[in-house]
Amino acid sequence: MNLAVIEPTTSWYLVLAAVLFGIGTVGVMVRRNPLVMFMCIELMLNAVNLSFVALSASLSDINGQTAVFFVLVVAAAEVVVGLGIIVSIMRRRSDATADDLSVLKG
Amino acid sequence: MNALFAENLVGPSISWLGISPLLVLLGGVCVLLLLGSIAPRWPKGSYCVFTVVVSLATAVAAMLQWHDVTKNGPKMLIADAVALDHFALLATITIAVSIALVSLITDDYLRREDYDGPEVYALYLTAAIGGVVMASSNDLIVLFLGLETLSLSLYLLAASHRKRAESQEAGLKYFVLGGFSSAFFLYGIALTYGSTGSTNLSKIASALSGDSPFSQIDAMLLVGIGLMLVGLAFKVSAVPFHVWTPDVYEGAPSPVTAFMASAGKIASFAALLRVLVVAFPTRIDDWRPAIWVLAVLTLLAGSILAVVQTNVKRMLAFSSISHAGFLLVGVEAAGHVGDKDALAAVLTYLLLYAVLVIGSFAVVTVVAGKGDSQTTLDDFRGLGKRRPAMALALTVFLLAQAGMPATSGFIAKFGVIKAAAEVQSYSIAIIAMLAAVIAAFLYLRIMVSVWLADSTDDTKLAIPTGAGIAITLAAIFTIVVGVYPGWLLDATRMVSHLATIAVQAVDPASQTPAG
Repeated sequence: MNLAVIEPTTSWYLVLAAVLFGIGTVGVMVRRNPLVMFMCIELMLNAVNLSFVALSASLSDINGQTAVFFVLVVAAAEVVVGLGIIVSIMRRRSDATADDLSVLKG
Repeated sequence: MNALFAENLVGPSISWLGISPLLVLLGGVCVLLLLGSIAPRWPKGSYCVFTVVVSLATAVAAMLQWHDVTKNGPKMLIADAVALDHFALLATITIAVSIALVSLITDDYLRREDYDGPEVYALYLTAAIGGVVMASSNDLIVLFLGLETLSLSLYLLAASHRKRAESQEAGLKYFVLGGFSSAFFLYGIALTYGSTGSTNLSKIASALSGDSPFSQIDAMLLVGIGLMLVGLAFKVSAVPFHVWTPDVYEGAPSPVTAFMASAGKIASFAALLRVLVVAFPTRIDDWRPAIWVLAVLTLLAGSILAVVQTNVKRMLAFSSISHAGFLLVGVEAAGHVGDKDALAAVLTYLLLYAVLVIGSFAVVTVVAGKGDSQTTLDDFRGLGKRRPAMALALTVFLLAQAGMPATSGFIAKFGVIKAAAEVQSYSIAIIAMLAAVIAAFLYLRIMVSVWLADSTDDTKLAIPTGAGIAITLAAIFTIVVGVYPGWLLDATRMVSHLATIAVQAVDPASQTPAG
């Protein structure tokens, strides 16, 4: 069987996106460093972008690709806000892991 | 090539008057930030007065549009992406009123905690922009942008008290979990887009109706709806997606908590209704059971978990979860075919609850004292002796939240339960009434502490002007609406349906610009 003739279809990309999204989800749940959790959220958003692009191509509709630009903007804004919060926590204490932040419980 | 591109690029026509409430808010933010940085020291209280003026102007602009919609009917703006109907405008007015009341509480709070400045007010206004966009969106991407504008402002507001470790912790927790849920919501949008070919709510509805190629049962669509529900259920803090709520409500500065519980909730419920009712009317049998389960879990868990709390802010957080359960009862009723009252009932509930929760948190803000830390049940002991008038107002708010007749809370709860009963959802209506009884215990515990226990601290509490005005207005509103609800119900009854447009199934090859 010649590997060169296997054409990737839309579902390949959708499965890849779902796997990436799953990795991101698991990452947010098991990792304890806010920065890493944050990177996992970015991974989830980019998995969504991949599905948007793949679906857009298979529907031959441009709207899915424009949606990606909006998502990119939102992700950038989230980075700004998230890092701002993390920096302001770091100023109070030298290390920040999610387990240290445990004043609130009940 | 460039010229060709520019010729083909036709922007949508924009009805500027239709989006005037948004423009007023946006202008207010720009002026506040610009003047705030040019002139660093404003006279005492002027940030607050400015924000109140902007929010009242927003409400007036929305009311003018309300009259226009009453006369000419609802319409779609900006290439069908934004809906202008009574539903959106009532949500806008409610959000505007919430910012006005919350700003009054915030004024003295910021000076007490020594971080007065325009930032918090500017974030209130940007959050309101996001909320208004969510409530009036007719496109999933627009809705997502509104949701993020609201959420990003709320994360910052939650973390805004830089000297309090709890506030920072609340900000980070809210941020991580909020970003997590936004990603789910967005994945839901992507899959819905993939299975219907559009992100426009009206076009999704027509793609799913009878004769279109997309209308058959589709696993991708079901997963998409499910993921969007997860994202929105997180935002409205429905059980089991509520775990962030008590922590964030406790840690965030008290006025900010009031803002989250009022404006944040209004916007999220409005968005939930828009998505479910406009886009998926043909898939009612798929999403209504999910809402039913969420509503029952939220009602029961919100009421029962509140009983063991000892911090008043946490108690009010669980009470807000139980209110979300009542609102979900209304959402469930809105899913039934031919239902007329549920939309109005949900929005009325949101309006009345917003005033109640802001009033309650205004009292909490005053009692909490410097450092925003005295919020345990013990700190409320003997409030009836220290400050009888304020304790009376708090009692009114708590009784109203418990659904006592002759207060606005009764009108709110009656509205959603009646809407549920009218569409034969008797089981959920009965569960809601049981949950109201359990939740009453929580409010009684606070009242017992306020009136019957002796105070450990006899210093006279100073009530700042702004908070005093907010508490008084909220208490008067609660009683007046409770006794004479007719005028409000007549106004909200106009919210009988959500604007949508008839779209014929379009062939992608011959697509023409809509509008």
